[in-house]
Amino acid sequence: MSRKPYVREMTWRWIFRHPRYVRYMAREFSCLFIGGWTLLMVWGLKQLADGPAAWGAFLEVLRSPASIVFHVLALAFAAYHSITWFNLTPKALPVQLGEEFVPEGVISGAHFALWAGLTIAVLYLAGAF
Amino acid sequence: MARSNKPIVWGPFAAGGTLTAFLTPVLILLTLLAALGHAPDLLAYDRLHAFVGHWLAKTVVAGVVFLSLWSAAHRLRITCYDLGLRADTAVATIVYAGALGGTGAALLYLARI
Repeated sequence: MSRKPYVREMTWRWIFRHPRYVRYMAREFSCLFIGGWTLLMVWGLKQLADGPAAWGAFLEVLRSPASIVFHVLALAFAAYHSITWFNLTPKALPVQLGEEFVPEGVISGAHFALWAGLTIAVLYLAGAF
Repeated sequence: MARSNKPIVWGPFAAGGTLTAFLTPVLILLTLLAALGHAPDLLAYDRLHAFVGHWLAKTVVAGVVFLSLWSAAHRLRITCYDLGLRADTAVATIVYAGALGGTGAALLYLARI
């Protein structure tokens, strides 16, 4: 360890040096929306435990304009996180059959298909349609 | 071999990332529908209370809350580092404590349902 280590200055401006960095950060910022929405749901559990009136108040808060804006943004960021996550699955889970590797599109495609199936199943079971 | 706590931190992150990729968009869609005044049947008090009242649903909800919060916390920690905030130990302590605190609160509320 040198006595005067050089510490390179680090700022947030690098994000805008390349579109790729912006896309990377857009994915990373999804954590604020996924985490924030989950905390909102934890509060929803409290309201559900407190009884019908408290749950009604929670649904009322959900219907506020700020909540609608937050939900639209959260849905967009969460979907972007899903897409980037499934696009990465061929790198994380390469599947070898004999000599050949399964094509990347098949692995990510299977994830996208499962995602679509789960989404429709949850919407159906929750009585959304 | 050097001991490392990385697998403990990273395991729930990867699991949570996969879980949130599959599940979070549709769950947000459900509450977005409620926000737009078209609440799905499941979000009616009686149905949701009965559904979450089952021990299996409680276990699943607790697991989803923990993994979602943990993966968001881990990603937030890395993002803070990327943005030039180099106090990693302090950031890690705060975000992981927040994830565990949120999970603890969820467990308390679930126990009352």
